[in-house]
Amino acid sequence: MSASLSIPKVMLAILRRDLSLALRRKNDSLSALFFFVVVASLFPLGIGPEPTLLAKIAPGMLWIAALLAAMLSLGRLFADDFQDGTLDQLVLTAIPLPLAVLSKTAAHWISSGLVLTIASPILAIQFNLDSQSMGILVLSLLIGTPLLSLIGSIGAALTLATRGGGMLLSLLVLPLVIPVLIFGAGAVDAHHAGLPVDGHFYLLGAMLAIALFFAPIATAASLRIAVE
Amino acid sequence: MNPSALHLQNLACMRGGKTLFADLSVVLEPGHLLRITGSNGAGKSSLLRMLCGLLTPSMGSIQWGANAINADRDFFHTQLIYLGHTSALKGDLSAEENIIAAGSLSGDVITSSMARAALVNSGLGHLASKLARTFSQGQKQRVALARLQLAQDKPLWLLDEPFNALDQDANEALQALIQGHLHRGGMVALSSHQVVALDQIDRVVRVSL
Repeated sequence: MSASLSIPKVMLAILRRDLSLALRRKNDSLSALFFFVVVASLFPLGIGPEPTLLAKIAPGMLWIAALLAAMLSLGRLFADDFQDGTLDQLVLTAIPLPLAVLSKTAAHWISSGLVLTIASPILAIQFNLDSQSMGILVLSLLIGTPLLSLIGSIGAALTLATRGGGMLLSLLVLPLVIPVLIFGAGAVDAHHAGLPVDGHFYLLGAMLAIALFFAPIATAASLRIAVE
Repeated sequence: MNPSALHLQNLACMRGGKTLFADLSVVLEPGHLLRITGSNGAGKSSLLRMLCGLLTPSMGSIQWGANAINADRDFFHTQLIYLGHTSALKGDLSAEENIIAAGSLSGDVITSSMARAALVNSGLGHLASKLARTFSQGQKQRVALARLQLAQDKPLWLLDEPFNALDQDANEALQALIQGHLHRGGMVALSSHQVVALDQIDRVVRVSL
């Protein structure tokens, strides 16, 4: 009875719980994925089937589509827990709250951002991207989408107690992820222009490192306010 | 178990510009029951949320032993179990998974067989692998309360209206559970607006809001 779990084990337990919840409610992940596919497919239809133009705008389009798709499930990151009372239990966890929040954010990323990243090469074919650009796009999404989840988690926690928080959440989070979009989509553009892409990845990596540290702390503080 | 006492000093609670209670000073010592009564909206739930640190007191302080409860939150959280007015069950997890998940959040190792045994003891064995969203209100409440059996080494139990929606048998089982915990030297703080036969417990601190 007196056995207690170490911090990593509690974090793993939270991650596992959220992932099994996501698996049982596949709708959320699947609708985000379909949204991504549909939005990305609308652009060629609206702009016209000009291969060089499509290849040129592809990185930006795919990045924006991924960003909007990741926003879809963001509202529910804490809202469900808030409603059924498990958020209280999360705040009362025996480990530092930012670490518990980090686990939840990781679960959100796996069920949204990672899924989108895996699907992105298929969509990139639609846009006539060559395989090297495709690789750079996937890598930029792989570093960039965790950033969306991390920054988004702050917004999700802040808008918890507000009515109609969904709209507010987008207004709050989208401006904050502009740098991620610029350097994420910019990496592929730079490659097109024959420029080195390392700089973009370093900046994305630096942003990810900073967000990994600060975002859970900010989110934890917002959650404490939300449960009051 | 040699738990510390819970000291409430000059607590005040203001919600929406209105003072719900003020100047509340109580000491809850090991083996004692804190019974919070009051009409709807009197601040019973708010007081319980303050005691576990979810709500910051508008005035006054709460101490666990010699330290303020927010001095070392992570440690204090291992000392308590809080069951709020919502059952804190995930609808898409089974009763058993819910108990294991809730336990691991508070840092306890709960195996599948322990969770199942707790459910069987509460007469809920048949619900163990059913999804919680199919449960009735009373069943949810009982599953949430089944966690108490696995939380006997936590000195402080904070229960918000635990007798709500319970049938006669579950009601009696819960009273026995609470008495057992007090006998072991644990502390229980609970709110209820029902007349519950907890009167045979002599070490009671009453707070009327």
